[in-house]
Order: sequence, then C-alpha cells, then structure tokens
Amino acid sequence: MTENAPRVGVVTFPGSNDDRDALQALGRLGAEPAAVWHAAERLPDVAAIVLPGGFSYGDYLRCGAIARFSPAMRAVAEFAADGGPVLGICNGFQILCEAGLLPGALRPNASLAFVCRDVRLRVERTDTLFTALCEPGDTLTIPVKHGEGCWFADDELLEELEAKGQIVLRYEENPNGSVADVAGVVNGEGNVMGLMPHPEHAVDPLLGSTDGALILGGLMAAARERASVAV
Amino acid sequence: MRATVLVRPKPGILDPQGAAVESSLRQLGFPVGDARVGRVVDLEVEATDPTVARSEVERMCEQLLANPLIESYEIELEDGR
Repeated sequence: MTENAPRVGVVTFPGSNDDRDALQALGRLGAEPAAVWHAAERLPDVAAIVLPGGFSYGDYLRCGAIARFSPAMRAVAEFAADGGPVLGICNGFQILCEAGLLPGALRPNASLAFVCRDVRLRVERTDTLFTALCEPGDTLTIPVKHGEGCWFADDELLEELEAKGQIVLRYEENPNGSVADVAGVVNGEGNVMGLMPHPEHAVDPLLGSTDGALILGGLMAAARERASVAV
Repeated sequence: MRATVLVRPKPGILDPQGAAVESSLRQLGFPVGDARVGRVVDLEVEATDPTVARSEVERMCEQLLANPLIESYEIELEDGR
C-alpha cells in the first residue's frame, strides 16, 4: 500500500449492483480499490471500506436486513469499532442502519415512486472525515436512485442527532420524504457515514457532476491517514 | 409448533403503502380509513412448549423479523393439531 494510493475495500453482496462503479470511481480518484466478497470472514488489508448500492438479498424482509448478517459485515463492524472509516451508499446506508452502526432506518419513499435524478445536497458539516474536502455552505449535486430512501428517526433520536451534529447532508428538495430532509448521517464517533445519494456516480464531468469526488476523496484522505498511522 | 408473526409499521410512522391501498379501496367504493400494510411471517418452530416457542420467536423478531425502531410485532402460536 503506498501512501498516495490508499487501499479501499468495496463489499459485494448478492444483489449489489453499484460495487463496480464504486471500484471504478475510487480507482479513477487515485485509490487502490479492492473487491471484497460478502462471504469473506476477514477483510483484506484495506484502510477504508465502502458498502455499495444495490439490492442486497433482493431487499427481502427490509432493505439491508439480511446483508447485515453476512460474514463480511461482522468484519466491517470490527473494522468500524477500531476506528476504520466506513462509507455506506444507498443500500450500504440501509445495511449500516440495520446493523446498528448508524442511527435511524430507511423506509419506502413517501411518494412510493422510485426516484432517479440529480439532487442538491446541503453540506451541514465540513469537519467530518467524509466532508473535509467540502467548504462550509457548499451544496453538492449528486444523483439519487432508490425506492426506499426515506430516512426515519423518532423525535427523540432526531433531537439527539441534531444536537450532536450527526446530520451531515440534507436535501435542498426532499425526494423521498425523509425526516428533516436528511440525506446523510454519521455515527457518534464520526468514522461511519451513510448517505442515499451516489457519490460514485458523480465523479466525471461527462455525467454532469464531479461533486461525488469530494465525498469519496474525503474517505480516501481518511484512509491515507489511517494507513500512515498503521505503518 | 406453528408460529405466525405479524409485523406492522409503528403508529405515527409514515406508511405510503397503506395510504395507497386506502386510496384504491376508496376508489372501489369502500369508505375505509387509516389502512396500514404490514407483513406476515409463518414459521414452523421446533419447540413444543408454547412458552419456549414464544420466547424463541420473540428473539427472532428482535434480531431479524422486525426493526424495533419502525415496526411492532405480534406473535400467534398454534400447535399443529
């Protein structure tokens, strides 16, 4: 692992479908991406983890409910507990919520319609690992594509998260009915983040936006930091 | 022993499926209100003692079948005579 090309693992579950895009995006941004199979009981030597989008286990029962019990997720939970940076995108966000690594739950969109379009996101905090490359007051353009992205927390939990500053991204125009327009949250320790929009689909001007590179770049910077400490 | 688990969206949780079903029923002329859509899981459990069976199914609900943040559950047992 060189310091400039941090190794970032992308976990593929049965039914993941943005794993390759995530690997590709990370590679283009200068990371050394490593594919991780869901059955892997141990993670390879990586300094960050991405849980990609898709429909793991066919979204049976609840989105992410079954994937959270995969062997790789036990390893991811250990990695996260050790302070390793973990980014969950869309289905990855759902899995992290189901696994209890992130607060809240994701429910069917209020409209019941699958939404697939660019959305504008307000960056609420720039002092997290994942948004460190953003400027205060930034709005990012990143696409969403989901049927169950309506993030939910009850009043008490929301109040606690707001007070602790765990709401990192909000929709300018809410596409799914999520509570308080939440698009992305971090855990209390700040090393695990989940978001419904897809930064890996916004890393090339040809696709309309490169704002996703800010989020993935933040993750990569955190990975570099972790790798350099580990050496 | 046969167990049936009923999983429901908790009160106050937005249930767009329930709302869509309600609106369809109204269009059919049924004057219904507050429709909620949940999930049924039928199971065969090994335990023959209802207390044991119930506590086992409760554990299943807590760990997998329901998400306690957004869903409530109800367990019905029926010894398969």
